[in-house]
Amino acid sequence: MVEPVLSLRNLSVEIPTRHGIVKPVDGVSYDIGAGEILGVVGESGAGKSMAGNAVIGLLNPPAHIAAGEIWLKGSRIDNLTGEAMRRLRGKEIGMVFQDPLTSLNPLLRIGDQLVETMLTHLDISQSDAEKRAVSALEEVGIPGAAERVNSYPHEFSGGMRQRVVIALALCAEPSLIIADEPTTALDVSVQAQIIALLRRLCRERGTAVMLITHDMGVIAEATDRMAVMYAGRLAELGPVRDVLSHPQHPYTHGLMASTPLASAGKSRLHQIPGAMPRLDSVPEGCAFNPRCPYTTEKCRQAPAPRPESTSAACWYPLAREKAS
Amino acid sequence: MALVKIQNLTRLFDVSKPWLNRMIERREKAFLTAVSDVDFQVDERSTYALVGESGSGKSTIGRMLVGLLPPTKGTVEIDGIDLANETDDAKIDKIRADIQMIFQDPFASLNPRWRVRDIIVEPVAARGGNTDGLAEKLLEQVGLSVMDAGKFPHEFSGGQRQRICIARALASEPRLIVCDEPTSALDVSVQAQVLNLMSDLKDNFGLTYVLISHDLTVVRHMADRIGVLYLGRLVEEADPQDLFESPKHPYTKMLLEAAPRMDGFGREVTPPDGEIPDPINPPSGCAFHPRCPVAEDICKRDRPAMRALGGARVACHLAD
Amino acid sequence: MSEIPVPVRPKSRLRIALESDVFFSFRRSPVAVASAVVVLILVLSAVFAPLIATSNPFDPASLNLMNGFTPPMQPNAFTGETFLLGTDDQGRDVYSTILYGMRISLFVGAAAVAFAMVLGITLGLISGYVGGWTETIIMRTADVQLTFPSILVAMLIFGIAKGVTPVEYRDQMAIWVLILAIGLSDWVQFARVVRGATLVEKNKEYVQAARLIGRTPGAIMLRHILPNVLSPVLVIATISLALAIIAEATLSFLGVGAPPTQPSLGTLIRIGQGFLFSGEWWILFFPAVTLLALALSVNLLGDWLRDALNPRLR
Repeated sequence: MVEPVLSLRNLSVEIPTRHGIVKPVDGVSYDIGAGEILGVVGESGAGKSMAGNAVIGLLNPPAHIAAGEIWLKGSRIDNLTGEAMRRLRGKEIGMVFQDPLTSLNPLLRIGDQLVETMLTHLDISQSDAEKRAVSALEEVGIPGAAERVNSYPHEFSGGMRQRVVIALALCAEPSLIIADEPTTALDVSVQAQIIALLRRLCRERGTAVMLITHDMGVIAEATDRMAVMYAGRLAELGPVRDVLSHPQHPYTHGLMASTPLASAGKSRLHQIPGAMPRLDSVPEGCAFNPRCPYTTEKCRQAPAPRPESTSAACWYPLAREKAS
Repeated sequence: MALVKIQNLTRLFDVSKPWLNRMIERREKAFLTAVSDVDFQVDERSTYALVGESGSGKSTIGRMLVGLLPPTKGTVEIDGIDLANETDDAKIDKIRADIQMIFQDPFASLNPRWRVRDIIVEPVAARGGNTDGLAEKLLEQVGLSVMDAGKFPHEFSGGQRQRICIARALASEPRLIVCDEPTSALDVSVQAQVLNLMSDLKDNFGLTYVLISHDLTVVRHMADRIGVLYLGRLVEEADPQDLFESPKHPYTKMLLEAAPRMDGFGREVTPPDGEIPDPINPPSGCAFHPRCPVAEDICKRDRPAMRALGGARVACHLAD
Repeated sequence: MSEIPVPVRPKSRLRIALESDVFFSFRRSPVAVASAVVVLILVLSAVFAPLIATSNPFDPASLNLMNGFTPPMQPNAFTGETFLLGTDDQGRDVYSTILYGMRISLFVGAAAVAFAMVLGITLGLISGYVGGWTETIIMRTADVQLTFPSILVAMLIFGIAKGVTPVEYRDQMAIWVLILAIGLSDWVQFARVVRGATLVEKNKEYVQAARLIGRTPGAIMLRHILPNVLSPVLVIATISLALAIIAEATLSFLGVGAPPTQPSLGTLIRIGQGFLFSGEWWILFFPAVTLLALALSVNLLGDWLRDALNPRLR
């Protein structure tokens, strides 16, 4: 078994509030291997971004890791000091956020930003870094890269800017990229370009990618495995093909069925009754039990079992042939 | 019977620098063409969807439809009345009550300092109508509780807020509701609830919807007729079945091809080239020609007119 | 039925206020609580001055010149009377003059801020909502006024007003002229903040929804936008109150403010500074400390309020 690049072991994040402790991430475990894209889906407030922030050590206090471990390439990183974490970020972990404008310094030429990142994290000379900056831009498909290194972020269009952010995330040759809703702010045609780019880079360089999104279509097209989160917990984890075509968790099944795509030709969309619980009032037992059509007494009392490598966190997983 | 009739609708925005800067730098005034020569009709009790990417002018059309923005050229007629040029106050007042709008951001579209009851009945109260029990009745119709009338908007989730917006839109018993990206700020499962509610209300009250969206899946599910916009121009109009199964315009084809699919596991699409051009200096001829795989010389020269093709209308020289 | 309704009684505005984050952060901030207590004590003692003062310093009949220059807590050499904080040159009890002086200071400060607020909010709302030339004229006027120190503007207005009022009304008018002068020099920051907030709010969709209904611009500004731009105004009003009290004291100290017959804290300080070097320190010291406590606690309260109402600072 090859060692995964990133490994979350029973990770919990807690935020103490006036009304008690809330757990935006609650006992989540998953691995991402080299060259693999793991999609993390969930509705807003499901904890998908919070797990990513925990990995890069960017939790806003008072949020903190309360339990569990994070391993990156065989070493534990959840207990690192701020300084050690800062060195790791950028060097080993690259980040791509939803809004490309906020990830780029508007006052610096993009070439300088690339060079600065490389000089900080790689042992290379200034002139090498400048050459690498041009090739990094070429690699993400920016036409006329040699001239464009001297442009400022505002001179790029939205899609091109997101490419620059990806080049910036990749230039220190990290082993893991965390992409949090990288295409949400982009148009459909540009979104397709960015997804194709991420997949190509991941395949060619063997970078592990955590792709956080709410868009099932993006997950289907871009990822190898997917994790479905609900109320801070992992609901289902498995190869994307299995999870999307034969969801075993009733929540995943309901979520899939409620996309307009899945209901093509029907006059009404499938509905999951109710809404995801607020984090300060997650029900006892399985978090999904009040909305689940198959709930029994057991679901109301005992928390659902943790998903193993490919199954659902459910006492009564849907049989493969039943869910279609 | 067409409830909405839009002809040669055009809207420019003045994006010039301030007067003094223009004088010093000797620049001409600059205009952004948000909507250019759009015409279409919406039948009563049907759903007409406008799709397009950012900058396609779909929201600008929506705001002109409801009278929030006057057209630069062309006309918007609703039930035969043109809001921008009508002088009879009684007619304007009547047509105002007939048109309502649902907005994209459920967090910005409700006044945070007002109680839900006051928000919902405002369209009626502003005209001095009777509002006894109205808020409670509407809340139940949109699937909320009578108890919610006394609360403030911040006590609700995004989906519930959108229901409140729908309740407000229904208060004046309108015939036409313009929905500007009504579900794009919502999660998938909540989106399903809101779209179902919209369908039910349409059947119950005989409503006409103009649905503005960038989401092809939502449009396909809801619409009776779809207009595709590119750079402020209507490029294709067809029934959902035709549009999704045999798109005529190269832009529509590109859009459909690029949209992610739930069954597209590891699909290797050739991503479309380029991005949407600058609307201040749109390309000559057909606005899509720089990105079009089949463009010919004529596409660079002449702007294609809208022509009927089967059950569809398409603005392309080469489509057949 | 899809979203499960939870039967909860609508909350009253008081309940909402008590459960709010602002009230929570208030209870957790010792500085805020302490300054609120000081402000409350000072305001209450100013309001109830006639009840807790030992004499009425404005009533010449109650004064005894023989009591002049009595040091604090020492019996007067002639009359044997003792005064908590001593007396001034005319035998007025310093404790009572402070209470009555604070009344005038607070009244002038509050009225000036209220005047500045009404003027600033109105002009800010109009320039933000209407835009165009109206906005240009209002905001450029504000810019021009900002280039002059506000105390200078106040003195200018005071001087003009004094020139046009008949001599016999001058003392009566002085307080109102002060209010007008300080208020007029202070409206600009209200107008600026309100205009900025209005520009943000007017593009929000709830305002468009109101326009769609056919509401008039006046109704939209008053009923929709105004309630949503009030929190920054509240912060400025608090800090302006401290500044207005100081401005009033400055003007009075310079002799262009409250007349000696109706002394404010500033007037008292002006009277007192003449006796500082002859050893009668208390005439100056106690009004000055009161002014300091009042201005400082109001200011600290304003600072806390600004932090509490700005979610980005938390």
